Amino acid sequence: MAQGTTIGPVTPTVSARAASPLPEMFKDAALFALVTLGLSIPVVAYRTDLGQGTGLGLTGRWGLVAGLCAAVFVLRLAQRLVLGEVSRRRDARTLAAADSTAPARVARPGRIIGPLTLVVALTLPLLAALGSGGLSEGRYWIDLGILILTYVMLGWGLNIVVGLAGLLDLGYVAFYAVGAYSYALLSTVFGLSFWLCLPLAGLFAAGFGVLLGFPVLRLRGDYLAIVTLAFGEIIRLVLINWVDFSGGSAGLSSIPRASFFGIPFTAGEGGFASVFGLAFNPMHRVVFLYYLILVLALVTNLVTLRMRRLPLGRAWEALREDEIACRSLGIDTTITKLSAFALGAMFAGFAGSFFAVRQGFVSPESFNFLESAIILAIVVLGGMGSQLGVAVAAIAMVGAPELLRNLGFLKAVFGEGFDPNEYRLLLFGLAMVAMMVWRPRGLISERTPSVRLGARAR
Amino acid sequence: MSDATGLTRLATLKDEPPAAMPGGPADPILVVDHLTMRFGGLTAVGDVSFKVGRGDITALIGPNGAGKTTVFNCITGFYKPTEGMIRLRQREGETYLLERLPGHDVNRLARVARTFQNIRLFPQMTVLENLLVAMHKPLMRASGFSLAGILGLPGYRRAQDEAIAKAAAWIERIGLTHRADEPAGDLPYGDQRRLEIARAMCTDPVLLCLDEPAAGLNPRESADLNTLLRLIRDEFGTSVLLIEHDMSVVMQISDRIVVLDYGIKIADGTPDQIRNDTRVIAAYLGVDDEEVAAVEAEVGLAGTHA
Amino acid sequence: MEFFAQQFINGLTLGSIYGLIALGYTMVFGIIGMVNFAHGDVFMLSSFIALIFFLILTTWLGLTSVALVFLIVLIVAMVLTALWGWAIERVAYRPLRGSFRLAPLISAIGVSIFLSNFVQVVQGARNKPVPPLVRDVIVLYENGQYTVTLSYKQAIIMTTTALLLAGFWYLVQRTSFGRAQRACEQDRRMAALLGINVDRTISLTFVLGAALAAVAGTLYLLYYGVVSFSDGFVPGVKAFTAAVLGGIGSLPGAVLGGLIIGLIETFWSAYFSIEYKDVAAFLILIVVLIFKPSGILGRPEVEKV
Repeated sequence: MAQGTTIGPVTPTVSARAASPLPEMFKDAALFALVTLGLSIPVVAYRTDLGQGTGLGLTGRWGLVAGLCAAVFVLRLAQRLVLGEVSRRRDARTLAAADSTAPARVARPGRIIGPLTLVVALTLPLLAALGSGGLSEGRYWIDLGILILTYVMLGWGLNIVVGLAGLLDLGYVAFYAVGAYSYALLSTVFGLSFWLCLPLAGLFAAGFGVLLGFPVLRLRGDYLAIVTLAFGEIIRLVLINWVDFSGGSAGLSSIPRASFFGIPFTAGEGGFASVFGLAFNPMHRVVFLYYLILVLALVTNLVTLRMRRLPLGRAWEALREDEIACRSLGIDTTITKLSAFALGAMFAGFAGSFFAVRQGFVSPESFNFLESAIILAIVVLGGMGSQLGVAVAAIAMVGAPELLRNLGFLKAVFGEGFDPNEYRLLLFGLAMVAMMVWRPRGLISERTPSVRLGARAR
Repeated sequence: MSDATGLTRLATLKDEPPAAMPGGPADPILVVDHLTMRFGGLTAVGDVSFKVGRGDITALIGPNGAGKTTVFNCITGFYKPTEGMIRLRQREGETYLLERLPGHDVNRLARVARTFQNIRLFPQMTVLENLLVAMHKPLMRASGFSLAGILGLPGYRRAQDEAIAKAAAWIERIGLTHRADEPAGDLPYGDQRRLEIARAMCTDPVLLCLDEPAAGLNPRESADLNTLLRLIRDEFGTSVLLIEHDMSVVMQISDRIVVLDYGIKIADGTPDQIRNDTRVIAAYLGVDDEEVAAVEAEVGLAGTHA
Repeated sequence: MEFFAQQFINGLTLGSIYGLIALGYTMVFGIIGMVNFAHGDVFMLSSFIALIFFLILTTWLGLTSVALVFLIVLIVAMVLTALWGWAIERVAYRPLRGSFRLAPLISAIGVSIFLSNFVQVVQGARNKPVPPLVRDVIVLYENGQYTVTLSYKQAIIMTTTALLLAGFWYLVQRTSFGRAQRACEQDRRMAALLGINVDRTISLTFVLGAALAAVAGTLYLLYYGVVSFSDGFVPGVKAFTAAVLGGIGSLPGAVLGGLIIGLIETFWSAYFSIEYKDVAAFLILIVVLIFKPSGILGRPEVEKV
């Protein structure tokens, strides 16, 4: 019941990992396959479909079940063989490392991947144009870039709340919705420009964060998660049902498009192309949107990195580690949590208003719980607290299924109707579990100290 | 024997206001006044009054389950006492009623710092960061509640340098300079205990409350701890209140000792007085007062102070 | 008054289903202090299992006895869902004991996402209707304008719930498993030292929770006659609300909470607005967690320092 508030060291028991004989492994894998069989008996083996007649028809799919069981058998066997070997080596290494006084430091992958990702992100429109032979032809890549960056930004925003302050927020998408609807309503009803709406949307979202946060932040971690979830759902349900205000499930459309600081991206006189003496190309707006979200995401990142070095950011991390100790050091935990909550919400608000300006259309459908779960999955997979990890996870989880969709050979293997997107969330769920089981601190788990004494002394 | 008079003194004391507490410290920093804490039907602490002298090291001792940690939690704002008052008077004369302050203000305003029985460091943060977190209040102000800090204004940078210098000095005092940039959770147990004390001291407390600081330490580490506590008292002028089971620590460094048993104060005095108090001995040996003499004789205690 | 009585019956029926799901939440929370977020999806999955066996029995095997079909479907769904419960605990939760505080909850969210999408992939995204098994109603009261009825379905649901609760209550209060379970709730390490197989006790708790969810799933199918892959989330949250309202960790509390939520939802829909009925449930959840997190029958938590 009383679990440690921090990641406790999982003491490896060397003996338990000792090589098991092959027959034992086979038996174990067979057991796994048997359980899989049991689990798949009705739901996989028989598919229910609305037939021609009145009721549902059943289609047997025992071949699929057999394939599934075989796959589980092979995977489990491979896992035992490979992991057994890996852990044996790791144990040997830790034992060896324990002898030497200096702990072996693994070179951080962030040194190379980080800047490389940034360079690619900065030059993506160029790369896409060159790679596809023209700006318009590269549109797919730039759109994909925008999609990924939106999730990177949301991931970074949520990372402040979950990764740094350790508050599990399952209703993050509500603030995204507040941002999107703020822009949609302010621009359509009051005719305010995007650049005015953007900060307002952030402020509204932050305000909502404070409003929600104030009563609930005293709750213990998992209760907080559930309450934020409920809050997110309430916002969505209100958006669906309060038709006069939000347009109901139909949403709000014809939201003004983004302009280049007042210069519209139109073909005629006074448009972006003519002002800058370029030939009109609808891609100008797409490229502009791409850089807009890139800048927004980078600002999020920069602010987060700065905050980590400030007392407030340090207090967030301390709060994640031990709330009671924080209180004993005179830190007002409510205010501290609230600030993390509000800042995270603010970035979601920015991202939301970007979403609205890009789509030109918002509806409650875009802001359901799954969206929150996806953003959370990105943060979790990235290794809560790691900025680079979040970016990598967003690319992997949002970009990869998009790319897979276009790979012809998958269709050849799995049949014409195969759509990787269908499996995307399935894999998200699996990956979240796998992550918690094997690498609870994420793909990139090393924490960089916010300040060093050693470097200063020198 | 002086024990008898000690007993009557304690008995009469119970009904008197603590200000009239004879023999108590002349200039108390902390006055615990008729403190009672009940959990449901269980009275963990019943009507306990004592004083902590300014600049003293005061020990709170008693058998397991005597209510020591509950008293601590009331003083440091983690529990709201059912009854009673806890008054803290700083040197400048400001007085705080600790039982009325919100938890974190006990440290932030009244400047009472504490450590925990089961160490509560921030294990993934480095030693230096742990100490910087303790300087939250001055640093927050210097960073303009983060606004100036985000912009990187020089005022904040200066404040941070000062804070790091202060932290470095404490790291040096507890002998951890070579491990300052390592996660606190990686330190050996004894170092973690000292780090927790250093972290509490970084909040500039007037009263430092230590919950079993010597628990789990070896004799050498215990001796180091004694030195550290004396340093805290003598050089920083911080009053210390500590819960401890290790009598070698208690008897060597305490100026005063308060003894609790079953949530009730049974003795209060100098180490010498406590050593000879029959009720204390009875409480620790778990026998009735009348049998104490017999037990003392049995364990050979009577001879030591005859 | 007649309208009220009818709504009361409807509310109790719905509440019975919520109560059954809530028991799963409350038991798991009681024993390992974890919000089993995937429980709602286990409920949905069990409904699909019941659906498929119902179809096998009626269309393929041509069984006509309603009672027999219902009983077989109920038992099979309980067994297979229990297997799911066992497997989920084994794979997704057991390795996390001793991990950081939020790890089990995050893992449970993963399981929840996996389950609903798994069912979507293997069974398709459309609603799955079944022909009504029982249509008869008992007229309790009639006065020309209004009739108050208790349908056989409702009677079955309430009876099944009551019977299972009684059996379940016996199990937890009177058997050695129940004792072991209560011991693990109090102090897992001490229980292990006293020779209680903690892992097995926790496993069994999940198995029981899943079996009760399967009962709820079967009854849900019987009552509404339709199920879809996304039907786990909202009933799941409402059942959790019920568990919290009743006092999480308390078994009678879970049932009580379920009945209250069922009644509130029904009356809210009947007298105020059906659109906002889910908002009502979520609001109750928030309000209870903020102002009385120990619920109606729960014990208040003392912060350990």
